[in-house]
Amino acid sequence: MRRYSAFAIAREALRHHLGWERAWASPEPRAAYDVVIVGAGGHGLATAYYLGKNFGITNVAVIEKGWLGGGNTGRNTTIIRSNYLQDPSAAIYEKSRSLYETLSQDLNYNVMFSPRGVMMLAQTHHEVRGYLRTAHANVLQGVETEWIGPDRVKELCPIMNIDGPRYPVLGALWQPRGGTARHDAVAWGYARACSAMGMHIIQQCEVTGVRSEAGQVTGVDTTKGFIGCKKLGMVVAGHSSVLAEKAGFRLPIESMALQALVSEPIKPCMDVVVMANTVHGYMSQSDKGEMVIGGGTDSFNNYTQRGSFHHIEETLRALIETFPMLSRLKMLRQWGGIVDMTGDRSPIISKTPLGGCFVNCGWGTGGFKAIPGSGWAMAELMAKGEPGPLAEEFSMYRFREGRFIDESVAAGVAH
Amino acid sequence: MLIVHCPHCGVQADETELTNGGQAHLRRFGPGSSDAEFEAYMFARKNPKGVHFERWRHSYGCGKWFIAARCTATLEVFGTYPAQTTEPPAAIIATIKKRRPEWEGSE
Repeated sequence: MRRYSAFAIAREALRHHLGWERAWASPEPRAAYDVVIVGAGGHGLATAYYLGKNFGITNVAVIEKGWLGGGNTGRNTTIIRSNYLQDPSAAIYEKSRSLYETLSQDLNYNVMFSPRGVMMLAQTHHEVRGYLRTAHANVLQGVETEWIGPDRVKELCPIMNIDGPRYPVLGALWQPRGGTARHDAVAWGYARACSAMGMHIIQQCEVTGVRSEAGQVTGVDTTKGFIGCKKLGMVVAGHSSVLAEKAGFRLPIESMALQALVSEPIKPCMDVVVMANTVHGYMSQSDKGEMVIGGGTDSFNNYTQRGSFHHIEETLRALIETFPMLSRLKMLRQWGGIVDMTGDRSPIISKTPLGGCFVNCGWGTGGFKAIPGSGWAMAELMAKGEPGPLAEEFSMYRFREGRFIDESVAAGVAH
Repeated sequence: MLIVHCPHCGVQADETELTNGGQAHLRRFGPGSSDAEFEAYMFARKNPKGVHFERWRHSYGCGKWFIAARCTATLEVFGTYPAQTTEPPAAIIATIKKRRPEWEGSE
């Protein structure tokens, strides 16, 4: 792999940019690998990357039925934060956020991490109490957050109307080190680094079956033929249930559509990320100038990657009181992704009933922020066969044992 | 927008009038059941990409519960029937088999 640097730009400028390499190779699959990871989204690629980097396992294939990063990695609102209430969540999301801080240097690929600060608005007294509690919990967890009053909110985000009659802003939970990153670049950066370690990234290759012998996984049937493996990682977000069924077990997951949209690009007007959970809306401004807006999920099981229009309408209707300027903006694009929801709205990084088969799923509406930490924890689980401290609470068996990590109560909605 | 026929009041209701109640025809496990049974009942929902039977309530209409057979990959609704039954009516099964010959599941 040729490293990207200021020197490389100067060198290529002098020779008509003919020396740039493809960022990653597209090889034909070998007959077998030590590890096969299904799903070349952020989480799958990060798992492969940390398998190589932390454990020296590089005989790895990452297979993807569509194109790299074309699922939820390319369909989110790119928010990165770690202000969670429950200890296991705070640990893994904070690990992830801290990895994001140095990810560009680590991967030698600019992921455009922008720690612009994330504020979660409290617009009811219930939320004020909730976020004060989270702020205290974050102090104990070593996550840097602070409770700020309405005046400070207005100072950080002047376009906001804090005196709305229905949803007044009573304060906010402020995480100054949260922010956004370029979602595609995260997938591309990991893919390039994996490819440089000799791993195979195989796109347009759908898994049609999972083979096993005596309760131990032996490989996967794909549209490009059988690929053998000693260990299998399933990292396929919305389609986790479909793949698990092929492997012969059922996950506590339901798939739903989550939507986001962007406005026409405008001049810079907002340099923080704002989440308003009472009205199910969150917003930031992209580097291109678009206002990036996320809403709530549909209520029913759905695999169509498009959501119901009334949800967008509800999100904007509710946000307009807090952001009056939105009423003058045209919305440009809307898209949907299929998110995998668990009963407690926390993810699953776990061993499965099938030996040698591991699953990483259930990130629901907030997987992007977790990509590096999730890959880190999943790689440890796959390399050692047992979960490390980051993953151990996220076993799929916690539902049977009643050990929920109940962020659905803690966060209310989007997280 | 999803439009579903309410079998009770006959209204072609759009999804804003309705509340989804999750997987239909669940067998309830309570005290005395094993942990695995209770977990399966409580959390391990069917999540098929294709034909799915689910409960709906016509919340902003007649207020009654019914069951819809729907394809989660296309949002096509095959039919609806009142919730006071433990299995789908034969007519609904016939409709699904006609529309999805490859479908081999049950409710």
